[in-house]
Amino acid sequence: MAPSFDTLTEQDLHEEEEEEIDFSDLKEQYEVKVEEGLDTFVVIDGLPVVPEDSRQKLVKFLLRKLNTVGQTSEDAVYMPLNDKGMSEGYAFVEYETPEQAVAAVKQLHGVPLDKKHILSVNKLMDIERYGREGRVEEEYVAPEVEPFKEKEHLRSWLGDPNARDQFALYRGDKVGVFWNNKSNPPENVVDRAHWTQLFVQWSPKGTFLASVHPQGVQLWGGPSFSKQKQFPHPFVQLIEFSPLEGYLTTWSARPIQVEEGQPILTYEEDGKNIIVWDIESGKPLRSFVSHDLAAGPADDGEVQPKKKVQWPAFKWSADEKYVARMLQGQSISIYEVPNMNLLGKTSVKIEGVNDFEWSPATVTREGVKQYEQLLCFWTPEIGSNPARVAMMSVPSKEIVRTRNLFNVSDVKLHWQSQGAYVCVKVDRHSKSKKSMATNLEIFRVREKGVPVEVVDSLKDTVINFAWEPNGSRFVLITNGENPTGAAVPPKTSVSFFASEKKGITAGNFKLVRTIEKKTSNGIYWSPKGRFVVVATVHSQSNFDLDFWDMDFEGEKTDADKDLAANLQLMKTNEHYGVTDIEWDPTGRYVVSSASVWTHSMENGWNLHTFSGQTLSDNPTEKFKQFAWRPRPPTFLSKEEQKQVRKNLREYSKEFDEEDKYAVDIANTAVVETRKRVLNEWLAWTRREKELLAEEKEAFGLPEEADSPKLAKDAPVGGDSEGDTVVEEIVEEIIEETEEIIG
Amino acid sequence: MRPILLSGHERSLNQIRFNRDGDLLFSVAKDKIVCAWWSANGERLGTYAGHQGAIWTVDVSPNTVLLATGSADNTVRLWNIKTGECVKVYDFPTAVKRVAFSPDGSQLLAVTEKRMGFLGTIVVIDIAYGDGQLGNLEQQADEPSLRITCNESKATVAGWSYLGKYIIAAHEDGSVSQYDPKVRQHRVYVTGERFLTPDQTGEQLENVQAHEFDHQINDIQFSADRTHFITASKDKSAKLMSARNLAILKTYPADTPLNSASITPKKDYVILGGGQAAMDVTTTSARQGKFEARFYHKIFEDEIGRVRGHFGPLNTIDVHPAGTAYASGGEDGYVRIHHFDKPYFDFMYEVEREQLRK
Repeated sequence: MAPSFDTLTEQDLHEEEEEEIDFSDLKEQYEVKVEEGLDTFVVIDGLPVVPEDSRQKLVKFLLRKLNTVGQTSEDAVYMPLNDKGMSEGYAFVEYETPEQAVAAVKQLHGVPLDKKHILSVNKLMDIERYGREGRVEEEYVAPEVEPFKEKEHLRSWLGDPNARDQFALYRGDKVGVFWNNKSNPPENVVDRAHWTQLFVQWSPKGTFLASVHPQGVQLWGGPSFSKQKQFPHPFVQLIEFSPLEGYLTTWSARPIQVEEGQPILTYEEDGKNIIVWDIESGKPLRSFVSHDLAAGPADDGEVQPKKKVQWPAFKWSADEKYVARMLQGQSISIYEVPNMNLLGKTSVKIEGVNDFEWSPATVTREGVKQYEQLLCFWTPEIGSNPARVAMMSVPSKEIVRTRNLFNVSDVKLHWQSQGAYVCVKVDRHSKSKKSMATNLEIFRVREKGVPVEVVDSLKDTVINFAWEPNGSRFVLITNGENPTGAAVPPKTSVSFFASEKKGITAGNFKLVRTIEKKTSNGIYWSPKGRFVVVATVHSQSNFDLDFWDMDFEGEKTDADKDLAANLQLMKTNEHYGVTDIEWDPTGRYVVSSASVWTHSMENGWNLHTFSGQTLSDNPTEKFKQFAWRPRPPTFLSKEEQKQVRKNLREYSKEFDEEDKYAVDIANTAVVETRKRVLNEWLAWTRREKELLAEEKEAFGLPEEADSPKLAKDAPVGGDSEGDTVVEEIVEEIIEETEEIIG
Repeated sequence: MRPILLSGHERSLNQIRFNRDGDLLFSVAKDKIVCAWWSANGERLGTYAGHQGAIWTVDVSPNTVLLATGSADNTVRLWNIKTGECVKVYDFPTAVKRVAFSPDGSQLLAVTEKRMGFLGTIVVIDIAYGDGQLGNLEQQADEPSLRITCNESKATVAGWSYLGKYIIAAHEDGSVSQYDPKVRQHRVYVTGERFLTPDQTGEQLENVQAHEFDHQINDIQFSADRTHFITASKDKSAKLMSARNLAILKTYPADTPLNSASITPKKDYVILGGGQAAMDVTTTSARQGKFEARFYHKIFEDEIGRVRGHFGPLNTIDVHPAGTAYASGGEDGYVRIHHFDKPYFDFMYEVEREQLRK
């Protein structure tokens, strides 16, 4: 199957086939010519029947209603009279644009005019189309209910007996889904050419694989990766799933042009860039025109730099009940899902707002009983007002905590995965604006009053920061002093922070260790915490991957004894040209990859264990993308998980045995194949030899015909001029002794 | 395995050949000079000067009397190995990319380039060895006895099968063909009368798309008994094929375009050489080049080792006929001779050992 988007639906296929048949003659004969330009007309029925003299009054009264949805005038309303000089109870109205006519049908149909009369508004075209006799079947035919078809199990991959993980691999024109088999070659599930045009993306819980085509987005799922849902957003470029896989946001730089006959998109979507889709129904919830981020200030004499796309444009609250979008410098619009109405009917006006982030989990603050979602935003210094970081509770839109900051050049908001902390990374400049430094303002969200802890021991700017998932530790990378103009890559320092041990709640954050003179720029935490890979990616000259353990089970140095961490470097690997690093969802494996999207040298992917042991190298031509299939959160309760952890030894015994068995089987298989191959080869050579001997006989050649001694006209051996002496120096070690001097 | 480094050429190597006894090694490069070396110690024996252009190819007659070279100056030259004299010059319309003596030394094939309106050809020349005392070597046929024209895709390399029964040629489009080189008598019937006419066309018996389409095959070399041969292609793989029916017996995948491949006698290995082509190496580091000789097990197709050393692509590899050494010539202008150590000969798969015990 070549799953190009054109052939995705049966329906489309049939349409194409019909196109090919030439029935223009029939068309001409039977086609009903609908007059052009009638799109702006609507027919209003259900009006009171009035005599001629009060007609004017009625029209004026009616116009008040009509003008609420569009532009029309008294001249554009035609209310015909019958022989008796009475109106017929209907009127024709012309609007200025077809969109207004559509709006009138949508909004005024079924609306009461007064106590006795209810308007029925239809497009004139629709009356033409369906109102005539014979156009619509007289008798009602119940729509046929399609027979029930069992759909594929969308989570079948979780039932793998060995709990292996899947991944998608995009290289060349082909996309494949594979099972990870540790150091053995991965097992293929599906492999299809031209499966996607731009990239592939898993949904956050791994249910769907999305492929992106000029015609739209297609979701695939189930054991055979069959078509699941389709979202026809033309020329879509970016997609984003909501955290619980309920919705999908798609974006295209080109505004959507809706053509007639499009079953899913309507005039609503015309001219928009962003569509928020409901995945279950496959229908758009609402569409938007994208706001571009303000571009940086143009340098003198240069062209205004290109505007940036704000992506993800819509940010989801953790429970998918709200989705919000920021209009930079002005406001945040929070929409309620799924009706997509603005929360409280208005956007939240925040002067200068620069960025915001939802809490990635639903947090319960101490002393707060009612349901809430939290979001954090910041505004820069405006005039003499200080910069501000604030936390807002939704749906109440109440500001629960703010903090003022001075000398701010930039702020980044980092939520911890459980929403327990927000780290506000504040890049500050000195008064002279010559030197920069970074402060960390850490909001402890769960504690009463949301106390803020400040880490201001950093002398340099922080270029990367990452919280430990579900933990209270973090890693950051600072940029050291750089000799300007030097060709060497910038040196960076990696710092590890952990909280002090203090009862149940985490104590103050303290520096565990700083590693100087690195070139690292990427931090990749294991999804289960504890292990972290710090790497240099997208570099021309450094490609190191450091595998760190934050809870090393060995001796702890005295300096660290009060900290909830024991840092240990487990291994350092190199992967030439590495561009991406991704942990598998269970935190057992790490894949480092070098994508052709960035450079074309030694593309491919390497599989490592969590501790940095490299299991396999997979150099791949035109390698583009590697994506682990995410897993949904576990169904085991906390107690059950504890139980598993307690009995880990028992389990691992079992698994070790299984592994050993598998290795044995594999080894036997290898030996068997080798035996077979060797025997085949020996048989082949034996047969060739016999055939060769036969042919020699047929040619009348002696058995040693090919021997060099019998070569034609060989010169007389033992040349009379004497033998040449060839001097050959052979070195041989006779004895080796080791002496210790001094 | 300490190599002997031969630095006698000023430009990139094109082909190297051991003679049948393995005591001599001949090398040709883009610098117009043929060098002869003692293979045991790497001492240069002498040079053969006369070509006017880059020399693409060299071969030694089985009795080590004559040396044939083919060059970009559109000639094939025969040399008296012992005296260094050029005994014969054959002129062609285009450059000569490959020469090869038949197993019995009685014939020489030459592959000519497709250029300037001339199609690529494979010509066969009868070779004489004078009076048997290294005299009268100048007495050679002036005209080729057979001319095969490659209409479809030009031949890049060619060689002789067992008994000189077939000419095997590899093409620019990645295919391998088998030709019948014998000048045979055909019976032709004209109005009931029977004539015997010599058929000189060199009929193409078979053509197999062995490698990926449009990926040039850069080398073919035969096993000692010439029943099978190995191809090295730009498609990053080498294939072991049967000379009898061009069946693909084994495939050796590599991660870089291959320029040369050789089958080792004595041990069942093959040696592949290649590396990113000079014109494709742009801004990359040395690690990018993959300028290593790769050893694969001939039967099991596993890679078993690599030998580093060259700092340019490997253009040519040849193995000592006794299987005790191999030499490689690189784009870097060096020839490296490696004499195998004991572990090379001791290495064996468990199944091979079992087989041996039986």
